Amino acid sequence: MIVRKSEAEIGRIAAAGVILAECLDMLAAAVAPGITTGELDRLAEEFIRGHGGTPTFLGYRGYPGSICASPNDMVVHGIPGGYTVADGDLLSLDVGVTLDGYVADSALTVPVGAVSAEALRLVDVTRRSLEAGIGACRVGNRLGDISHAVQLVVEAAGFGVVRSLVGHGVGREMHEEPQIPNFGPAGKGPRLEAGMVFAIEPMVNVGSHEVYVGGDRWSIYSADGSLSAHFEHTVALTAAGPRVLTRRTSEVMGGSRQAASA
Amino acid sequence: MGLWYHERPRFHMTTGSMANKEEAIEIEGEVVEALPNTMFRVLLDNKHEVLAHISGKMRMNYIRILPGDRVKVELSPYDLKRGRITYRFK
Repeated sequence: MIVRKSEAEIGRIAAAGVILAECLDMLAAAVAPGITTGELDRLAEEFIRGHGGTPTFLGYRGYPGSICASPNDMVVHGIPGGYTVADGDLLSLDVGVTLDGYVADSALTVPVGAVSAEALRLVDVTRRSLEAGIGACRVGNRLGDISHAVQLVVEAAGFGVVRSLVGHGVGREMHEEPQIPNFGPAGKGPRLEAGMVFAIEPMVNVGSHEVYVGGDRWSIYSADGSLSAHFEHTVALTAAGPRVLTRRTSEVMGGSRQAASA
Repeated sequence: MGLWYHERPRFHMTTGSMANKEEAIEIEGEVVEALPNTMFRVLLDNKHEVLAHISGKMRMNYIRILPGDRVKVELSPYDLKRGRITYRFK
């Protein structure tokens, strides 16, 4: 069953989303060659707790970090620690914030310094595929329309969209129904209704969509070792259209993020 | 945080257990390839390769199987090329 949230509940998820968006902007600005993912994790936890929230990931099924930090061919779920960020890295950061019992979930991928043209294209395509998915979040559409919109953008660019991991409903828990694959036929699945809140999160590999799990049983890598990017937003469906609850100011200012990090 | 994709379990309930009617052969192996419809290619320790599906109990408990995992496979005495994965070793 897909739980629909009231206006008031969406407001509370949005409040968690504001902290989360600011936290991701703060982290993206802090990413530079020489910083470790463990330091980023500490920055994020301090920021979230400083704003009255709780890091959702910490302790989730025993997960040891407040963020997931996944460099280069690591797709998602990288445990932060001793990894030192280097010039030319592609670093995906995924964070969840719980505030007053409501959860928001969001992620972005930061190009560090001078990255390859292909890496920039991967980041751009992944972000555009997320926006395409968000655009499909309209009352009366079906769940498959979101999945299909994401897949079209990714595969038109010749990249592989990860199939083993999916987006999800979010709000009262981090993972709620439904599962939201980033691939699949349009026009299938449950009808979308106002009040549903989704975490849409395309994970895109330059090469094949296949992945494997690392030795720590958390980190997930692209099977062919190709670069991977990940963007995610928490989106509420309203009668007026999709409302992104984790929108970052850097995004609203439009395309400045890449310039800032270059 | 991403969620592992569970395809909805399709329950094929058989009446009673097959194993006690016809003796199934149990053998261990390593998953080499994940195929569509939750089928897997498993390389058994005796170097035979079989096509195996996941047992209903494992589906109900959403046990994930990935290439590289060691598993216990039950083979049917009728077709030694096919089997059923009954256990995943941690």
